[in-house]
Amino acid sequence: MSARLSMTINGKPVTAEVASRTLLVDFLRDQLRLTGTHIGCDTAQCGACTIHIDGRAVKCCNMLALQADGTTITTIEGISAADGSMHPMQTAFRDHHGLQCGYCTPGMVMSAIDLVNNHPDPDDAEIRDGLDGNLCRCTGYHNIVKAVHAGAAAMKK
Amino acid sequence: MYEFNYQKATNVDDAANKLGAGADARVLAGGQTLIAAMKLRLAAPSDIIDIRGIAELRGIKSGNDGLIIGAMTTHAEVASSADVRKNIPALAVLARSIGDPMVRNMGTIGGSIANNDPAADYPAAMIGLGATVKTNQRSIAADDFFTGMFMTSLEPGEIIESVSFPKPKRAAYMKFSNPASRYAIVGVFVAETGSGARVAVTGAGASVFRVAEMETALAAKFSADSVTGISVASDDLNSDMHASAEYRAHLITVMARRAVEAALAG
Ligand code: FES
Ligand code: FES
Repeated sequence: MSARLSMTINGKPVTAEVASRTLLVDFLRDQLRLTGTHIGCDTAQCGACTIHIDGRAVKCCNMLALQADGTTITTIEGISAADGSMHPMQTAFRDHHGLQCGYCTPGMVMSAIDLVNNHPDPDDAEIRDGLDGNLCRCTGYHNIVKAVHAGAAAMKK
Repeated sequence: MYEFNYQKATNVDDAANKLGAGADARVLAGGQTLIAAMKLRLAAPSDIIDIRGIAELRGIKSGNDGLIIGAMTTHAEVASSADVRKNIPALAVLARSIGDPMVRNMGTIGGSIANNDPAADYPAAMIGLGATVKTNQRSIAADDFFTGMFMTSLEPGEIIESVSFPKPKRAAYMKFSNPASRYAIVGVFVAETGSGARVAVTGAGASVFRVAEMETALAAKFSADSVTGISVASDDLNSDMHASAEYRAHLITVMARRAVEAALAG
């Protein structure tokens, strides 16, 4: 079966017809071509698919598109400023070499923003805890932690 | 994932009706287990009844004698609730130890207990605190609710509305968690209540269970030394790639001791 859904994605209203079993991540990537949200594992483990639904970070490989009907969604494409300049957390990841291949990065950044929204001054342990659901095969995490510290400071300004 | 018929419920009666009408209908709460199971084709329901939009199933009420938590309240909401932290801090600690932050933003208390995963955390708090499950049909004591591996006493068409937790004198939860999934390899919830002590173990057996010998010892004296010499036989415990039954038996005593220490430290 298929059904209609409508939601707000990155500030724009979206209405679409989806099959009931369409996962939210596939809807975003395949139907809306928002391919910044990555699929690393497809089993709710790696966090590469992290987006914000109604302001909270979730793994969109582990939910149906129809579960997000009526919600407000932000993906990695939606966090930059209107003039296209990067979000302070993105800048911090670049400045602190918080990425290598970049595959995990959209999810890391979305989780980090949710973390800082709830803990404006996170310490190392809170950052590592807050990124518990995000895996990175490249960096060894140290520079990601540094980047989140810097991003948290920049988000206050 | 196999095809299914998706339906959104507007209130609990509507959900119950839709649940009764489907050949093999399932309630979808936060979906953190069910969607994964459907993707693996371990579950193939005919109908999915999504109850996410039912506002009255969500929220936390606190009174003098405890907390009432709506079935669709997320783990993140329980973990960060000022009412939970003040009245039953062990419950907030437990909720914060589930999965990872994104899972906690979607997963719900009702979904967790209805699924009754043998390694889930909430069943330990339910049994450890002597909680009561309120459904659209009746109230069920936690001791009667969890009946076996992935099994509960919920009848077809029965939907969890809320869970009430009586406030203990003191309580704590200690978990030896799987480093990847954060599920409990062994988790022990201890509580000193007005009517004695309770000790509930998750992760170790087919379903959550109590340790009567530890409860008796703690009722006589609520101190860590009371449980140090008490061990649970490993015969019926789980054995898998993460831990042998003997190791789990050992962990029960260690986690019980740590939980009592944490409860006393407040
Ligand atoms: S792709 Fe969703 S958690 Fe890995
Ligand atoms: S930068 Fe390569 S996976 Fe994280």
